[in-house]
Amino acid sequence: MTESEPTLRLEGIVKTFPGVRALDGVSFEVRAGEVHALLGENGAGKSTLMKVLAGMYQPDAGQIVVSGRPVVMRNPIEAKHNGVILIHQELSLAEEMSVAENIFLGELPRRRWGFVDWKSLHERVATILDKLNCDFGPRTRIDTLSIAKKQMVEIARALTHQARIVVFDEPTASLTDQEKVVLFDIIRDLQRDGVGIVYISHRMEEIFTISNRISVLRDGTHRGTLETAETDEDEVTRLMIGRSLSYERNREAPDVGDVALAVEGLSCGRLFDDIGFELRAGEVLGFYGLVGAGRTELAETLFGLRRPTAGRIVLGGSEARIDSSVEAIRQGISLVPESRKEQGLVLSMNCRDNMTLPQIDDLTAGPFVSNGGEIAIYDMYRDQLDIKAPSWRQLVQFLSGGNQQKIVIGKWLAMKPRVLIVDEPTRGIDVGSKAEIHNLLRELARSGYAVMVISSEMPEVLHVSDRIIAMYQGRITRQFTAAEVNEDNLVQAISGIGPGSGGKARPIGAQAA
Amino acid sequence: MASTTSPDRIKDLTTVLARQGILIAFILFMIGFGLVSDRFLTPENLMTVVRQSAIIGVMAIGVTVVVLSGNLDLSVGSMLSFATVLVVDLHDKLGAAPAIGVMLVATLCIGAINGFLVGFLRLNSLIVTLGMLSAIQGVTLIYSGGKNVDIADQETTWFAIFGRGEVLGMATPIVIFLGLAAIMHLVIAYTPYGRRIYAVGGNPTAAVFSGIRRNRVVFSTYLVSAFCVGIAAIILGSRVMGSQNNVGQGYELLVLSAVILGGTSLLGGSGTIWKTVIGVLILGFIQNGLLLLGFPYFAQWIVTWIVIILAVWLDVAAKRGRLFSPIA
Ligand SMILES: Nc1ncnc2c1ncn2[C@@H]1O[C@H](COP(=O)(O)OP(=O)(O)OP(=O)(O)O)[C@@H](O)[C@H]1O
Ligand SMILES: [Mg+2]
Repeated sequence: MTESEPTLRLEGIVKTFPGVRALDGVSFEVRAGEVHALLGENGAGKSTLMKVLAGMYQPDAGQIVVSGRPVVMRNPIEAKHNGVILIHQELSLAEEMSVAENIFLGELPRRRWGFVDWKSLHERVATILDKLNCDFGPRTRIDTLSIAKKQMVEIARALTHQARIVVFDEPTASLTDQEKVVLFDIIRDLQRDGVGIVYISHRMEEIFTISNRISVLRDGTHRGTLETAETDEDEVTRLMIGRSLSYERNREAPDVGDVALAVEGLSCGRLFDDIGFELRAGEVLGFYGLVGAGRTELAETLFGLRRPTAGRIVLGGSEARIDSSVEAIRQGISLVPESRKEQGLVLSMNCRDNMTLPQIDDLTAGPFVSNGGEIAIYDMYRDQLDIKAPSWRQLVQFLSGGNQQKIVIGKWLAMKPRVLIVDEPTRGIDVGSKAEIHNLLRELARSGYAVMVISSEMPEVLHVSDRIIAMYQGRITRQFTAAEVNEDNLVQAISGIGPGSGGKARPIGAQAA
Repeated sequence: MASTTSPDRIKDLTTVLARQGILIAFILFMIGFGLVSDRFLTPENLMTVVRQSAIIGVMAIGVTVVVLSGNLDLSVGSMLSFATVLVVDLHDKLGAAPAIGVMLVATLCIGAINGFLVGFLRLNSLIVTLGMLSAIQGVTLIYSGGKNVDIADQETTWFAIFGRGEVLGMATPIVIFLGLAAIMHLVIAYTPYGRRIYAVGGNPTAAVFSGIRRNRVVFSTYLVSAFCVGIAAIILGSRVMGSQNNVGQGYELLVLSAVILGGTSLLGGSGTIWKTVIGVLILGFIQNGLLLLGFPYFAQWIVTWIVIILAVWLDVAAKRGRLFSPIA
């Protein structure tokens, strides 16, 4: 790459919110045709910096230089005209409109008299969707798509414009591995066309696969830029959180107790079928599979949000009828749901109130909610999970994505459940906190909790689980102990290739401990 | 850059203006009317306005609770007609206490039907309560046979205390209104029940995922609303000692205006009871001030509309952090 004027230069950007200095003089540049990864802990200011770049926030100080020309971008439309496109961390699609309408929203092709030119619209969208290998068409309604597919629509939206800078803010947080491959192809295409790319992610392996350079933000300041080829995860991590982390597979021998949860022949329509397993106090049971394997639906059934069509759930030795989340909570089950914004949080409430919501009835002094009791719980989990918020009064909608996730986890840990189910617990969480959450899950198991972890990240399942159940299309294909699992047999088990090479198929539910 | 300070100041000003907009507007109103009319800021006049606002106010408290949970109640106006006709009519037939009891039970039943349809069957609250509005009108007319009702013995009945009497040296309607507001404020702001209402209004799905029985919470808000209408009917019936079949007509809009003026979000999940009280008082003082200045009665409708638009605009501006926004 030739050293010329970078496509984009940010100089001394400062941005404050009430009580928070989110960006404190950040300078940073992106060259044409490079993928520039932006890393930092939750709340470091990555999304804020990119929103400044995309004209959604106005900086308090500093300037933006695009291709050598200082620009002021008062709104996203002006940013688009300057060739800057941001793909959001949080999806922003019109749920009741078609894919095509969303992709061209605001600039639908017109015929005479201002009528929408549906034919050319659908053709153009079909081309883009083809390029992205999407299996849905331009006419599909957004609300029928899964989160991952919505993400693809969001990406498709960026491809309609002549872009000079494309920012991806945690694009892979909810993508499957195949979709990720497609995304990386797209990024490489853009790169070849000379587009400068900013790539935000908490996943190191992605960053080292795709990026040319890495910049690290910490507490709103720029901590350095490294050539990807000349650095390693350890150096980046230290720059980011000030210490090293070791990622290892779980080799602890679990000290298991009684069966906390036993599931026998559980089915729910076409979502999952004949699921059987046992979960003992003191162990972490991982559920690994592709998106759509029925893991989330299984969790929701155990939490009383879906009615099983067959099968039994046995809790602590006696059969349980769990027909509502209220009942599930009473029986000591907690669920950290998959989607924090839709299912996990009330965005219009503050941090503390969100965290204490499930146990609010027990936190009373007389008829009133006990202020002290609530704050004590909040403070405890804020410290334990290292939640960054100016105070408990902050509305959760103003927290960074990762800190929102921590609030949800804290909320359910605070219930001290008998069985803790976590669905994608570290989605959007930085490496430091991720390690802490993993340790926390291990520690919970050690202190006698029964933990069920659903994850689509293989390192995560391998790291935290004592046993792993692989699921494929609503069925359990295989159960592994930590000793016998490896990446190969796990991948086979979740892609429906059967018990496969050398693995002994276990009859479902017959796992003896 | 030197130019960054002035937009900043403007922004701060907007935020303050927008956050406390309703209070500032209220104070400006009072000063403005006070300067123009010397009868406006007298204690007697102020008390009169509060007393006249009590009926709207009591109903607005109930509707605020419904709106906080993310729904609407447009049936309160015709429910008020029904309840007032019922309590006045039964007063002479059964005596005051049984009349009040029967009326409250009947009103709560209507609230329970609303609550069942919106809470448990999850029907759209606008449609349910709009339908209820005309259904109850029908019920009221059938019950009264189209005739207006009166209390015969208006001088001696203790029923008069609610609308005409005094408690602790203050007109009873004021005491009921402010007392109920204080109690409901405590309930909504400081009890687990209140917290559940905010959660259901803010994000019903997340509320269910948190072990809250969404359906029951919504159901209960309609009972609260109906109960408040019952209280309002007692004040109204006692004040007038009679009732027309359609006394409550149009009250639903006044009540909703007060709630919106108070800054409660129609989407649910944000708002407070005490701000609704301010909203009610603003409505009352606009009406009173304009009358004192010699405007026709109807002028208040136009002015109220303008004030509501201003209030909603400031509210949105506070959330955006600027007065005008190029993006939707
Ligand atoms: N609109 C806002 N109002 C108040 N504070 C905000 C707002 N937006 C962001 N913040 C705060 O600014 C800081 C930076 O947030 P930002 O979203 O940029 O973090 P991030 O680096 O993207 O984190 P994550 O990895 O969790 O997504 C956080 O402390 C956050 O709470
Ligand atoms: Mg972010």
